[in-house]
Order: sequence, then C-alpha cells, then structure tokens
Amino acid sequence: MADETANQGIPEPDGRAHIIQTDYQIGQDNIETKIGPFGLDIHNPVFLISGLAIMAFVFYTLALPEQASTVFSSMFDFTTKTFDWFFLSAGNLVVIFALLLIVLPVGKVRLGGAEAVPDYSYAGWFAMLFAAGMGIGLMFYGVSEPMSHFSSSMGGTASENGVRTDWAPLGAAAGDQEAAIRLGMAATIYHWALHPWAVYATVALALALFSFNKGLPLTIRSAFYPILGDRVWGWPGHIIDVIAVFATLFGLATSLGFGATQANGGLNELFGIPKGTTTEVILITGITAVALISVVRGLDGGVKVLSEINMGLAGILALFVLITGPTMFLLSFFWDSLVSYAQNLIPLSMPFGREDVNYSQGWTSFYWAWWISWSPFVGMFIARVSRGRTVREFITCVLIIPTLVCVFWMSIFGGTAIHQVVNDGYTAAQDAALELQLFKMLDPLPIAAVTSFIGIVLVIVFFVTSSDSGSLVIDTITAGGKVDAPVPQRVFWCIFEGAVAIALLIGGGLASLQSMVISTGLLFTCVLLIMCFAIWKGLHSEPRG
Amino acid sequence: MFKKIMAPVDLAHKDRLEKALQCTADLAKHYGAEVVFVGVTTSTPSSVAHSPEEYGEKLDAFANEQSQAHGFTALGKALLSHDPSSDVDDVLLKATADNNVDLVVMASHLPNVMDYVWPSNGGKIAEHAKCSVMVVRT
Repeated sequence: MADETANQGIPEPDGRAHIIQTDYQIGQDNIETKIGPFGLDIHNPVFLISGLAIMAFVFYTLALPEQASTVFSSMFDFTTKTFDWFFLSAGNLVVIFALLLIVLPVGKVRLGGAEAVPDYSYAGWFAMLFAAGMGIGLMFYGVSEPMSHFSSSMGGTASENGVRTDWAPLGAAAGDQEAAIRLGMAATIYHWALHPWAVYATVALALALFSFNKGLPLTIRSAFYPILGDRVWGWPGHIIDVIAVFATLFGLATSLGFGATQANGGLNELFGIPKGTTTEVILITGITAVALISVVRGLDGGVKVLSEINMGLAGILALFVLITGPTMFLLSFFWDSLVSYAQNLIPLSMPFGREDVNYSQGWTSFYWAWWISWSPFVGMFIARVSRGRTVREFITCVLIIPTLVCVFWMSIFGGTAIHQVVNDGYTAAQDAALELQLFKMLDPLPIAAVTSFIGIVLVIVFFVTSSDSGSLVIDTITAGGKVDAPVPQRVFWCIFEGAVAIALLIGGGLASLQSMVISTGLLFTCVLLIMCFAIWKGLHSEPRG
Repeated sequence: MFKKIMAPVDLAHKDRLEKALQCTADLAKHYGAEVVFVGVTTSTPSSVAHSPEEYGEKLDAFANEQSQAHGFTALGKALLSHDPSSDVDDVLLKATADNNVDLVVMASHLPNVMDYVWPSNGGKIAEHAKCSVMVVRT
C-alpha cells in the first residue's frame, strides 16, 4: 500500500483487486502524432477502419438510396421476425442474471477493488446514466406508447388465415376499457423497465469489472478476455471495437436526424416555425454545437452538468403534470400499472408460442434489438462513471431504480393522456402524430405554452446529452481505451456525427441506416450473452466485502 | 525565496520532461526548497498504471528517484481526474492551493496557432495560479 499522505486526492487505499496479468500495455498500438496544430493519440487500426467504414456506408446509402433501403430494411425485418425468440430469450436471461447478482454473495464485490470509493454522488451518477440511457425515448414514447397499446387492446383481436393481424399485446381486451388500460400499461412498461436496464447493466458491469478490477483498457474487447485471451489485442478485438463504434455513431446520427425532425414538429406546433430540411439542419447544427461545448468542457464540467439540468427539468415537468393533471387518479394509476406489469411480465416475455405476432415481433423484438445495439455505448458510459460501487449497489441502481422511474414516468404521462380520452373525451393526443402527442397532452393543462416549451428544451438537451456522452465513448474506443486522448479527437467525433446526420437527412437514408444499426443488435445479443459468462468468471476471482 | 516547488509530471511522457526536471532540481537546491511532484491520473487503467493506487506508487518511486539523483527533499502526490483531457488545468490549479506551493515549474510545448483557442496547460496555470510559475519550453 502506498503512503497515504503521499497520495491525496486518490480514493485510496483501494484494496486488492485481481489484476489480469498480460503483456499488453494500454496504448501500445496507438499512434501519437501531430497533424498541423492538432495532437492525436489514436488506436491503430480501430480509428482508421471505423472512420473509413462509416464514410463508405454513408456514401453507399446516398449513392444508391433505393437499393440500400431495400437491403437494410429486409435485413431488419428478417432479424426481428426470425430471431424474435432469440431476442426475447436473451432479454429474459439477462434480467434473471442481473437479479441473481443482487442476491448472490458475489454482489459484495466492489468495482475498483475492495476499498475503492465512489467517484460520483448518487444524484450525479444517476442523472448521467439515465440521460445517456433513455431520456430521449421517454419524451417521445411517454404518451404515445401507452396510448397505442391501450387503443389496440380496446380494438380486440383480428386474424387472417389463423395469423393475428392486430397489434394488440397478448389476448387484447376487446371493449373492456378497464382491462385495456391495464394491459396497455403493462405492455408499455415491459419495454422500458427491467429488460432494457438489465441489458445496459450487464454490458456496463462487464466493462467496469474488466477495466477497474482487472486492469484492462476501457474498451468493449476487454470483456472478451476470459474467452479469447491475448487474442483480444489482435484482429478479433479490432473487429469487436469497430462494430461498437459503428453502432454507436450510426445509432446517434440516425437518432439525431429523427430527433431533429421531431423537434421541428414541436417547434412548428408551438411557434409556427416552418417544417423542412433547413430548420432541421439548423437544429442538428445547434445540437452539435452545444454537444461540442459540452465535450470540450469534459465529463464533469459538461456532460454531468447538462445531465443534471435535464433530469431536474424532466422531474419538474413530471411533477407539474402530476399536480395539475388528475393527481389522485395518477397516484393509484402508478400502483395499478406496477401491479399489472408484474402480473403480465411472464406472459409478455414468453419467447415461444406467441399469438400476438405483431406486438411481440414488431414492438418487443424491435425494442430489444434497439436497446441491445445501444448497449455498447450506454454500457461503456455507465461503466466509466461507476467506479467504487459494489456489484449489488450497481445493479440495484442501474436496474431497479430506473425501472421504477420509468414506471412512474409512463404512468404520469400515459396515464394523463388516457384519462383525457376516457374521462374527458379529449382525443387530440390520441389522434396526433407520434412526435406531437406529448404537446397535445399538455395542451389542456395550465400554462401549456410554458410546459410545451420545456418539453422541446428537454428533447433537445436529451439529444445533446446522448451526443456528448456518445462522442466521449467513441473517442475512448478509438483511442484504445485511453480516456485522456487529446481534445481535438473528441471534437472530431462530435462534428463527424453531426455531419453524418446532416448528410443522411439531406440525401435520405436515415431510416435504412437505422435498420442496419438495429440489425447489428443480433450480433450484440451474442456479445451480451458472452459478457454474462465473462462477468461470472471475473467476479469469482475478486475479493468480496 | 521559495520553500515549496510543485513540479507537474506526465509519467507517460517522461522523455519530454528532461529540461523541466533539471530546472526543478537546480532551483530546489539553490533555494533549499522541497519539491512536490504531482501527476494527474484517471480511475480507469492507463498506459502508466492499472489503477490509481499503482499510479501513486509509481509517482512515489519517481519522486524518490529524483530526490536521490539530485539531492533535495521530494514527495509524490497523485491527483485524480475524471477527464484529464479537459480538466487537468483545474486539478493542477487546485493542487497549487491545497499544497501551499510558492513556485510551479512545468514543461510546456512550443505554442502554436491552437494556443489562441486552447491555451497550453502551462499557459493556463501561469495565467491563473496565485504563485510564481516557470514554464519550461521543451
């Protein structure tokens, strides 16, 4: 142990962790150079291959838009329809695995060594993992998804040649309003609660464990060390990291593109700002500019501050809707939704023998592929800020608390919208386009102009928090796990991401690339399962307590 | 004139420190000052160390080595930063105050056009530190 007085500022003594002895030195494959006044410290060949592959794909979708769209969307359909059982089974397995880690004795293992101290307070930590993980989705699906499942459940089932053609979950609830509400909420929460967060928690835990406790670089390939051994430093590892960069950048760029379209819809509704490519390009440029300031200011001065501001604003908005909306109804609705989720969890997560094919393939399988394809990015970001937590604490905070927050959020926003339809006969939210449902739901509540404006700000800032944390993650992977690479590198990725989004927005091809990203979810599902094995092996060699 | 000198070092690039280290040693001996070698590290593994603890040990060893080679009292102080690329200056500035140093000796690259946008670490420390700062061009 080092002299305590000699190391102020370090959370130490860190106790013993079982470092993996390997000859690999972090940064050994890196190229440190200067291009003009810019310093660079990049991994060879991950940086170059990722950059070139991304440009090649953008070029392909722009040059042959129709072909690309056909290829990628059929790839996507094939994946979600043929492998729905695989996605659903993997999701269930990961949830069970994560829950087991909470109760088993290995839950006592601390990330960063037995006596490591947490780097961040609960509030800052939670804000960051939530803002990176799903903040933006909650803004769009908070109203629209409960509404959609409620409506389809009310509609009952329909079939053609023995195959269900309706989109209702499970056996629907034709004409039974009460039952349709409960089923709709359960079907929504199912997609936003335990399963996605278990996926994120698993990936994050694998990366945190192999980095903080085993001393391997903070990149996706490190989690494969128990299986591939020193081969992870060669091509198998390069390929894993390149795919992760690829999924992250395209995931972010396509979301940025769609997000701009949706924010444009909101601005049009509120201020009559014209819809169109020009406004969207301005929005992407603006979001990228703010993200740029944030990445330059760094993790503490930029990303954390923005995440906290956003979580604060989101909290205020939720509280406002709770108070000015049907308060008593919402409070019991939260509880009812939670109970309904618990009751329907098992039938909803059955991977085989499903009759509700449209729901289980079109919704669930799609969501699972989506969460899983985002998991390298969100997982790596969560890992980076989680040092000093025990495995038990980590899983509880990344799995259970976000689950409850999502149930709460969906109950308030979805509940208010459903209440408006059922009790007040106000159907504007139900009838509106997806991106406008939130604003239509806020309309009948007091000071709608102010809350809608907050809504738009939240949408935009959630994009910024995804964009900045994503740029940090890509920068770290393409620098071979170094988190102290020169600033111009992260600036490059941030701008590159905005540029890809703008190119695809103008040239078309956002949808086809998004399908491609989601198709990579299949690949990462295998990665996810391997990670469970790696975590299991890794945890057993760690000191507990 | 100076009692305590702070010398920020980057253990990953020891080769670039030669001039600054010589300067630190000369000044320390001349004024009979104590030297604090500070190094900024991350909680994730780096090219220097697997953990902050190991980094601290390496920095202590480095300080010891310098102290014996040049004959002055020295100690190592590892500083933790969540994101050194962006906040290394703030961490170092805080260290000057926390350790009551009266002189900072640090290496810095030759300024270029980028320094108008992002000042070098040495430049930023010289601008904001309350104590004297000697920036040694490498």
